[in-house]
Amino acid sequence: MRYGATTAVDGVSLTVPRGRVLALLGHNGAGKTSLLQVCEGFRPADGGECRVLGLDPIGEHDALMPRLGIMLQSGGMYPWATAGELLQLFASFSANPINPEMLIERLGLQKSAKTRYRRLSGGEQQRLSLAVALVGRPELVFLDEPTAGMDTEARHTTWQLIEELRADGVSVLLTTHLLDEAERLADDVVIMREGRVAATGAPAALTAAAGIDLLEVRADAGLKPDVPFKVTEATPGEYAIAGALDAAAIAEVLACFARAGAQVTAVNTRRRTLEDVYLALTVKAGAHR
Amino acid sequence: MTTFAPAPARNSTKAILRSQVRMELILTARRGEAIVLAMGVPLLVLLGAGLTHVTNVPGGDRLAYVVPGVLALTVMSTAFTGQAITTGYERNYGVLKRLGASPLSRPGLLFAKTAAILALIVVQLLALAAVGVAVGWRPHAGQVLPALGITVLATTAYTGLALFLASVLKPETTTGLATLIYVLMLAAGGIMFAAPTQIAEFLPLAAHAEALRATLSHGQPVPLGSWASLAVWAAVCVVAAARKFRWE
Repeated sequence: MRYGATTAVDGVSLTVPRGRVLALLGHNGAGKTSLLQVCEGFRPADGGECRVLGLDPIGEHDALMPRLGIMLQSGGMYPWATAGELLQLFASFSANPINPEMLIERLGLQKSAKTRYRRLSGGEQQRLSLAVALVGRPELVFLDEPTAGMDTEARHTTWQLIEELRADGVSVLLTTHLLDEAERLADDVVIMREGRVAATGAPAALTAAAGIDLLEVRADAGLKPDVPFKVTEATPGEYAIAGALDAAAIAEVLACFARAGAQVTAVNTRRRTLEDVYLALTVKAGAHR
Repeated sequence: MTTFAPAPARNSTKAILRSQVRMELILTARRGEAIVLAMGVPLLVLLGAGLTHVTNVPGGDRLAYVVPGVLALTVMSTAFTGQAITTGYERNYGVLKRLGASPLSRPGLLFAKTAAILALIVVQLLALAAVGVAVGWRPHAGQVLPALGITVLATTAYTGLALFLASVLKPETTTGLATLIYVLMLAAGGIMFAAPTQIAEFLPLAAHAEALRATLSHGQPVPLGSWASLAVWAAVCVVAAARKFRWE
């Protein structure tokens, strides 16, 4: 399963294999939603072409749409219809929909099923929008900031649901600015910056490829351990050793401290998080401007 | 089968359209007050201008002049004013965008909206015609088909104009302008009194009213001028709407 897009977004090509979750990260204006809009057939690509599931989202709109599940960032529902009516409506567009009542229950919307859309809370509107995206048993779902405005419980329910989608073979493309969300859910992460792909890979690979894990050692002040890594002593007695530190390298570093006769009182390793990678990339972007 | 295992398939077009038309009608019924209010103006005109002498109307039979005009006014109120306002807001709420990206498809959405509007117009016209008959209007049945034909043509023109306005203006502006046009047409469109100028006869409301008077009140064919005028309006408005229609 493959699609690529070119527009305000500059020459982006993404692949979401069946049953995988791809998270599109980037701050506001990075081009995440524009990219989705093109893939969903709402806007034409300004140049180049866009293919989703091998189809043109505009030219082959009617053939593509039943195969997609779309969750917009907001709105898209009749304010005067109830949550239950809206889900039922979208279910009726599909030949073998998921039972709407089951979805209502899974998303904790039982109490709101008879409530009109405009009276739902922001989080409830989001959950309904997710249910609407899923009810037609799509192959590929586009979730634009799916957990924005949800409370913690709803967010966890949504995360579980997305994990279940993946397990059942649905491909998921989601945008988010929540890095923990991407780190938890995504098989692959694409970080966008100014309409281009700034980095791409599995969350673990991205954090590891950045390469600089950190070892913090607390020992006597003023030591000059002779190790092949960059050592800084920000506060006396607290050393930060940066580099590609595997187990053997860490053993070597500690051996150096021992040879220097140091009393090591604390050792702490810190892996870079997706947030570090993300910030490094976006800060770099800021410097370019 | 696992819960979410992909199995996408479009339902039959018939089932999809039935379900969407049903939704449109539910929502129409929920705006019930607005619709009753929208019928209030035509009803007042019918009773006021039809039964009293507050205005001068051509010819001796006031009801024969006023009732068909009121029917034409109602078609405009629903197909143009009401539709422009709802479509403007639906676009603003993202409903058009979202439904257009569902298996319903965009043509399906337009079809369902039109069907719901036509159903509403039929109910309104039957109700007002019944009031007209109750107070003494005596319509001719012989030319009902041409009357329906010209009404469908007028509805097409109004719908085109409504969708055009709703696409190029903000919903608040659409609401204001659609209401203003309604009031101007009510005054100048030859409903309560003869159209004040020759130009007014080319307005869709005046042309439609004239056609309904000829057919329903006098049992005569639709005047050629009405066919021509409304055909031009329908063509222009539909082309404008097709060019400018925006889903979001």
